[in-house]
Amino acid sequence: MVLLSCFAVLGTDRLSACIRIMAAQGVLLGLLPIWIAPGISAHIVLIVAGTLVIKAVVLPRVLLWAIRESAVRRELEPVIGYGASVLVGLAATAIAFALATRLPAMPDPTLPLLVPVSLAVLMIGLIVLTTRRKALSQVIGYLMLENGIFLYGLTLANGMPLLVEMGVLLDVFVGVFIMGLVVFQISRELETLDSRRFAEPRD
Amino acid sequence: MRLGALVLVPILGAVAAYFDAPARRSRWLVGAALLHLAMVAWAWGSPPATSAIGWLRFEPLGGLVLTLVSVVFVAVAFYAVGYLRREDPRGGRAFVSALLAFLASASMVSLTHHFGLLWVGMEATTLTTAPLIYDPRDRHSLDAVWKYLLVCSVGIAIALLGTFFLATAQLAATRGGGAALVLEDLVAEAPRFHPVWLRAAFVLLLVGFGTKMGLAPMHTWLPDAHGEAPSPISALLSGALLNLAFLAILRALQVVNASAHPEFARTLLIGFGLLSVAVAAVFLLGQLKYKRMLAYSSVEQVGILALGAGLSGTAAWGALFLMWCGSLAKAALFMSTGSIFIRYGSKRTAEVSGVGRVLPLTAVLLAVGLFAVSGSPPFGTFLGEIALLSGAIRTGRLGVAVAVLALQAAIFASMAAAIFGMVLGRPAAEVVSERGPEDRWLTLPPLVLLAGAALLGSYLPPALRGAFDAAARAIGGAAP
Repeated sequence: MVLLSCFAVLGTDRLSACIRIMAAQGVLLGLLPIWIAPGISAHIVLIVAGTLVIKAVVLPRVLLWAIRESAVRRELEPVIGYGASVLVGLAATAIAFALATRLPAMPDPTLPLLVPVSLAVLMIGLIVLTTRRKALSQVIGYLMLENGIFLYGLTLANGMPLLVEMGVLLDVFVGVFIMGLVVFQISRELETLDSRRFAEPRD
Repeated sequence: MRLGALVLVPILGAVAAYFDAPARRSRWLVGAALLHLAMVAWAWGSPPATSAIGWLRFEPLGGLVLTLVSVVFVAVAFYAVGYLRREDPRGGRAFVSALLAFLASASMVSLTHHFGLLWVGMEATTLTTAPLIYDPRDRHSLDAVWKYLLVCSVGIAIALLGTFFLATAQLAATRGGGAALVLEDLVAEAPRFHPVWLRAAFVLLLVGFGTKMGLAPMHTWLPDAHGEAPSPISALLSGALLNLAFLAILRALQVVNASAHPEFARTLLIGFGLLSVAVAAVFLLGQLKYKRMLAYSSVEQVGILALGAGLSGTAAWGALFLMWCGSLAKAALFMSTGSIFIRYGSKRTAEVSGVGRVLPLTAVLLAVGLFAVSGSPPFGTFLGEIALLSGAIRTGRLGVAVAVLALQAAIFASMAAAIFGMVLGRPAAEVVSERGPEDRWLTLPPLVLLAGAALLGSYLPPALRGAFDAAARAIGGAAP
């Protein structure tokens, strides 16, 4: 499911659709720990709540706000086309699965698919990041990259102290927030530039 | 408690500066910086107990980096007071608060011995410095901020994956006994780690934190960010931030050193180091802007640091010593370019000439700083270079030593040509006409930093020397 949502991002050209897909991915990621964890503890509840709030609610809102402010609707000029990028994504998935079988055994083999999927999501995030030119799509690629790492982190959920995980979430949140602000600034700069260009011939 | 205070004092200062009246902001900045430095000095005098909350611990390696950051920060704080008077960036209060928030995150990075918190702190340094780079009157700076945020965030994300790999290795080795990711435990258990996990973790950590440090080929953000940022920020980025990333890599090296096969890590460090020096030498050849030139010189500097850490032995000692002296000199150089930019209003080397007549003290600082970063005798950088090169020769890597020397000669030639072109010559008429005395706020901080670099070269206090020796041993080096 998570992988499917990544391919959806690769294939679509509407930014707001991309953001909705990322929100859905956030919900999936947020619910995953419940499925994996042996029992419900305060630790798990906090992680689920934190992930859901940040990844599924706050971040998409920030991005949608940035879209509204900057009036960018479509990814107009990807370096490689949508069809081709889906193919590259498939190749990345294949590589991820091949890599995962080569890695030594995981200490906690509850969910064998988690490692290859996380690596694939990570690579697709990198692809989006490098092949799209619009700043906002790059942020989405970055978020996908983070989601991949988060998926990998789930394999360690029982070993990592809570404090660190909350710190990670917070950093991601602030990072994307600042990125959103910068996107806003960029578009505003462009606007003033454009208007200046319009004004010049009249002078 | 006292360790926690090192992180908390700058945060409180940041909050206070944000809400206080604009006139008192610079007082908060300088006050918090001085208090921080005093507390660091106190920590050296009587090492505080390891704090259980937040995994903070004071030891020579982190302490050396923290002291360097604190010293550079105090100089930048004084300089920023003079700079803000002339070139007030929009949102002055966010500027001061972000500076202090950076100091807090830097303290956390250098004091923590937990890899997770190390990561959180490193990401926090990226986020707190990004708003500082933005200069509202310069459109290029927005591009620079974007590039900085994106490239460094991806790098940091890769470092997070490396941290997780390290946790996996620890979990697998302790058979589910938990992955606390505390440095001392990792060092103790490293011999039992699966080599594939450990190797993958180190490579990811090196690439991730290496991006932040500015190692080639991940250095692409650095010339833009250092070149376009306001000068006090460039000084802070090159004098403090790069060293924090270097510390993060050294922490990973500490773990790998304790394992059965640490050679691959050293080879990687040497490779990245040589590549960085070579890239800097090539890109310095056609450099048209003077701050970008200094930025590429920083790429060279971090390359040398990685090289020294990879060579180990006395070269590792040399790298740590170079980190100190080189950072002091480089911060001073960036500060003096700030005075030039304020007077000339141009970042192009070709449009600046006759600094010697217009700003005599700045010109002297610039010329002396050039020799300081290049490793000339009166400065500490010379001692560091000697230790590094002799370490390289002693470990049988004569070729590396010769290559580094040749590249550094080329780098010195390009930088000297540019800097003497700026210092000498006839200044343009409109620059001379607004002749006024040089601002002490802008000239004294770099002067003090350069004096410090020179002092370290001629006299190294025994206590400090002991700290360098201990830190070098911690990363697998030896005292010369």
